[in-house]
Amino acid sequence: MCCSEAVDIARRAIEICNACRYCDGYCAVFQVMKLRRSFSDADVGYLANLCHSCRNCYYACQYAPPHEFAVNVPASFSRVRAETYQHYAWPRSLAFLFRRNGVFVALTVAAAIALVLISVIALQMPGRNFEPYLGSEAFYAVVPKSIMTFVAIGALGLSLIVLTVSVGRFWRDIGGRPADAEISGALWSAIGDVLTLRNLAGGGHGCNDRSESFSRARRYCHHVMFYGLLLCAAATAVAGFYDHVLHWPSPYPLSSLPVLLGAAGGSAMIFGAGGFVLIKMRGDPDPQAQGPGEPDYTILALLLMVAGSGLVLLAFRETAAMSLLLAVHLGAVLSLFAILPFSRLVHGCYRAAALLRAAMELKGRGGQ
Amino acid sequence: MPQRAHALIELPVLASFIIEMTRSIKANGSNASKACDVMVVGGGNAGLCAAITARELGASVVLLEQAPKHSRGGNSRHARNLRVSHAISSDYLRGVYSAEEYWDDIARVAGENTDKDLARVMIAESVDVTTWMERRGVCFQRSRDTAARSRKTAYLLGGGKALLNAYYLTAERLGVDIRYDSEVLSLGFDDGMARDATVVTDGVPAQLRAKAVVVASGGIAANIDWLRQYWGEAANHCLIRGTAYADGHILKELLDRGAAPVGDPAQCHMVAVDARAPKFDGGIVTRLDGLPFGIVVDRNGRRFHDEGENVGRERYAIWGSLVLRCPGQIAYAIFDSKVDTLFRPSLYPPIQAPTVAELAVKLTLDSRTMAATVSRFNDAVRDASNGGKNGYGRTEGITPPKTRGALLIDTPPFGGFPVRPGITFSYFGVRVDQRARVLMANDRPSANVFAAGLSMAANILGRGYLAGMGMTIGTTFGRTAGREAAQYVLQ
Repeated sequence: MCCSEAVDIARRAIEICNACRYCDGYCAVFQVMKLRRSFSDADVGYLANLCHSCRNCYYACQYAPPHEFAVNVPASFSRVRAETYQHYAWPRSLAFLFRRNGVFVALTVAAAIALVLISVIALQMPGRNFEPYLGSEAFYAVVPKSIMTFVAIGALGLSLIVLTVSVGRFWRDIGGRPADAEISGALWSAIGDVLTLRNLAGGGHGCNDRSESFSRARRYCHHVMFYGLLLCAAATAVAGFYDHVLHWPSPYPLSSLPVLLGAAGGSAMIFGAGGFVLIKMRGDPDPQAQGPGEPDYTILALLLMVAGSGLVLLAFRETAAMSLLLAVHLGAVLSLFAILPFSRLVHGCYRAAALLRAAMELKGRGGQ
Repeated sequence: MPQRAHALIELPVLASFIIEMTRSIKANGSNASKACDVMVVGGGNAGLCAAITARELGASVVLLEQAPKHSRGGNSRHARNLRVSHAISSDYLRGVYSAEEYWDDIARVAGENTDKDLARVMIAESVDVTTWMERRGVCFQRSRDTAARSRKTAYLLGGGKALLNAYYLTAERLGVDIRYDSEVLSLGFDDGMARDATVVTDGVPAQLRAKAVVVASGGIAANIDWLRQYWGEAANHCLIRGTAYADGHILKELLDRGAAPVGDPAQCHMVAVDARAPKFDGGIVTRLDGLPFGIVVDRNGRRFHDEGENVGRERYAIWGSLVLRCPGQIAYAIFDSKVDTLFRPSLYPPIQAPTVAELAVKLTLDSRTMAATVSRFNDAVRDASNGGKNGYGRTEGITPPKTRGALLIDTPPFGGFPVRPGITFSYFGVRVDQRARVLMANDRPSANVFAAGLSMAANILGRGYLAGMGMTIGTTFGRTAGREAAQYVLQ
């Protein structure tokens, strides 16, 4: 991230902000900014990842374009964030995956679905694939349980390791230590920030989602999508518990906990991600750093695919299409696990780290 | 995504969009209305408060903003806070700020250049003004931390541009006919009453008839030609901290029609700004507040004023007019690395060099004179050992002296800022009465011409400066002008 143009533009904006300070009341970015007089590349990356892209400061800015200072904090921070993801990516040789993210994700999804489909065909007796499987262990007749579990846990585990190392590098660069004594005091505040998206509150009035008028749509869409994803994760965990501990194999009836959690979570993800796409498409393009086809849309499309294929599978699981639908859904989920550390989803981890750092710095200073 | 899906999910948004489109076609198309009840000239804080108030009372209102939409709002774009009297603390104000204390503050800075009755009206109206503003979408910067709140001024969340955004949305919602890129060329008077105006919108002139006119078009701070009449060529070297649109031609129009002037057109509020700042709209970030920390020299490398005279919070304010009197209207702040960090962060970093002579070269000053000035100053410094920000250091045996905070300039790297006078606002406008009616030369109020904001602020603040008072004058007299104009029209 050293000396890049995006960082320099962002630093120039920060210096103007720090001399102005009209936006102090909006979010943690400006609170943290006030504590410094000069801004290293790591500081710029830290502030950029703290930014939730609510655009309050853009519409309030007396120096926004066409003013010659052309301060556009959300857009310049968004470009810096994209660079931090590359800069801290581990292994470093894979950082390029962020640059061709759409191609990478598309190929991974295609490969994962193809892999699962081929496995289904290869592992099963020819001619059996398109018959409906009913009753207990029907899914495992399509993909054996051991393979499903092993591949899924393997992919997710590997991704989490990669992600942890990457974010750990960022954490050290912004001044964090692995076992910082201050962490515990700030942890709850940071977790609250993550779970409530307090910094999207805009001093209480919401974001500027589409224009200079305020709205809470973006915050709510994120909540719906995020908690939808958590519900899906909970569904998977409960199903795993049923299966491995209680020895009660899937598929589960419609009224069972995994199905209820998964159906609710999947629907929520579709509403949340769909809303996000609408907001992005209809929004004022000026404070956005990217257009359609960029990484944000890529990950939203994949999340929609994961949730959608899961719901379609639920709807048609007792028909002949089940095995194919299951293959597509598992392929989508597998690709989500695989691309996790090289997708826009990493923003959550980088932002959480920045929020924790900010909570540590702001502790005892009267808060926001 | 098909349009229908949008509509289903966001029917209300779509509906407001259609209304907005219809309205903008109405405003810009051939059937733009040629008459209204109240015409408001100027789309800054005062004009918006007047337009919103008049519209709420039922008048049809046209708001004429000379700037394009992206630069709307005049100097209110750069506003930060609002000075309000209050008896109890709130989420954004602490303690008590009584009407008496408010008046004392005005009298202290303005001296004789204030109208006590008008000031009293403004102070009384300021008490409930924040509630009125919040109901119309304005947000204040709240803080759970009492110490972080100001006692005398409420800070606008996001500053003046956020306030303007809120007011424009409110005005649109109420049905105020807002016209950007609309310059009022002249006002038509008939028998002492304003009847119409020639308005150029997007380059096309048209007549607009109105039953009442509110002039809220700001002062004359951006009219260099006007200022040159008083300051000569020096006016060319000033930077304008605010909008380029405050050229005062409507004020001139009113004066030509017999309105009584107030204030002094040769006087402006000026501060020291970085000479590298843009000519217009540099706003708050160009201000240099640290001049008392080092020495200040003119372009000949010589000191010209006691830098320690004012080391208080408004220390930057005296330097604008001092630099205006310097040759070429430029000066240079010179300091060393001991005080570097005492400057409030500003737009541009200081120019730095390892020696005073090299710094002089970088600042295009004569290096020998500069080195001599610094060494003479250093030789004269006494009692600097207790130094620091407001230290006890002073000089002996040089003219002018530095009476406070004199420290040796001896620790490299040495730093410098080029300084120019930056005009904040002008102290000139038309006289008004308590109902915001413009007074004519015979002291008789005009029946249907009102003024608000900086066009009349010199009635109350004809000299000096109090943070956040411009916004209070604009808001209170904007409301008054809007109310009186609507009542005159609808009676």
